[in-house]
Amino acid sequence: MEWEVILKWLPKLMQGATLTLELTAISVIAGLIVAIPLGIARSSKLWYVRSLPYAYIFFFRGTPLLIQLFLVYYGLAQFDVVRESALWPYLRSPFWCAIITMTLHTAAYIAEILRGAIQAIPPGEIEAARALGMSRFKTLVHIVLPRATRIGLPAYSNEVILMLKASSLASTVTLLELTGMTRTIIARNYLTVDMFLTAGAIYLLMSFVLIQGFKLLERWLRVDACQGR
Amino acid sequence: MTIDLYGFGPALAAGALMTVKLALTALCLGLVLGLLGALAKTSPFKPLRWLGGAYSTLVRGVPELLWVLLIYFGSVNLVRAIGEYIGMPDLTLSAFAAGVLALGLCFGAYATEVFRGAILAIPKGHREAGMALGLSKPRIFTKLVLPQMWRIALPGLGNLFMILMKDTALVSVIGLEEIMRQAQNAVTFAKHPFTFYMVAAVMYLGLTVLAMGTMHVLEKRAARGFVRRT
Repeated sequence: MEWEVILKWLPKLMQGATLTLELTAISVIAGLIVAIPLGIARSSKLWYVRSLPYAYIFFFRGTPLLIQLFLVYYGLAQFDVVRESALWPYLRSPFWCAIITMTLHTAAYIAEILRGAIQAIPPGEIEAARALGMSRFKTLVHIVLPRATRIGLPAYSNEVILMLKASSLASTVTLLELTGMTRTIIARNYLTVDMFLTAGAIYLLMSFVLIQGFKLLERWLRVDACQGR
Repeated sequence: MTIDLYGFGPALAAGALMTVKLALTALCLGLVLGLLGALAKTSPFKPLRWLGGAYSTLVRGVPELLWVLLIYFGSVNLVRAIGEYIGMPDLTLSAFAAGVLALGLCFGAYATEVFRGAILAIPKGHREAGMALGLSKPRIFTKLVLPQMWRIALPGLGNLFMILMKDTALVSVIGLEEIMRQAQNAVTFAKHPFTFYMVAAVMYLGLTVLAMGTMHVLEKRAARGFVRRT
């Protein structure tokens, strides 16, 4: 290993890692916001409410993220309507395309996690809330969502780690996040193995820190204590 | 409404065949690695347990794309050294081989956890019964543990295979002519990126549905004798 060279490029790699974290953070938070209505609609009893989110989830879970990214970044430019719209400056930039794609992609997975969590809530608790005279909306806000948060949190933390790794695909649309930055550096110094291994170590470190953070969050929300049925 | 593929239909079909080949080959490698990893993780020897744990943690913590790139571009010197040693100086790792290695490695790391769970789910009494009957340890594994493991591990493996199928798109980055790469080629010649990437997406959807159907049949077969037919 060429430690001196690695050390020399470390600031650049850190810059890439910052972009990776930025992409991941924005997309998992925006994804959660998109997923909440999706997940609720997906667990509806009415088929016509259920079917649209189902189709959305089916498409985004059934196709590779790379294709979705290319569809948004290269594909949308095929339509003149898009090119002439006010959104074009955003849809032209690789950063926003990566954010949009990753958000839509992760929203499909998070919606499934939410559906599982909502369906795992013991029906007695919802019935109890209704029996106490809570409205349907109040039950949703005070009983269903807090319970679903705790049931779904471990799966959500998994999804965050998966998105951290999936953000490496943004390098294919010219973004210089950790993987993209590493490839650029390799084009300069030809230390393929050293540089990729360093990048891998940084990814490991980032996921380790995230996992520890979610462990703290789970302790704070007392996830374990709320699992008793 | 028909979609004009500008004569790229056969190329895309060839790409689909390549994707299936890649996924199935990587699946074979991944299953072997996963089984070995799970055996190492549940073994009574500490160094082996440590090795299994290190494998599944390290591989799962690094993006699949990085593994593909690392194995393809990083192995050049190593493969050349091996080539010179065995007297084939221009030995290189093909994109297909690199893709199989990378995807198999990643599948194996996740499969390690699935298999480990399945091994632990088999009642201890079964193993003790095998020992009481005088079966050797390898025989207990192949005749008692392995056949029962499949049923428990199958749903988890099915999920992993869906992920593997979608991850095959990553191998297009190193130039293997699978669906994704063929779509890119078509876009370079005929433009219309949305059309071609959408066709590619639908092809992946079709493959996923096919895999889901196969898994359903396999799971039903594996559950014979455990689930009452209705």
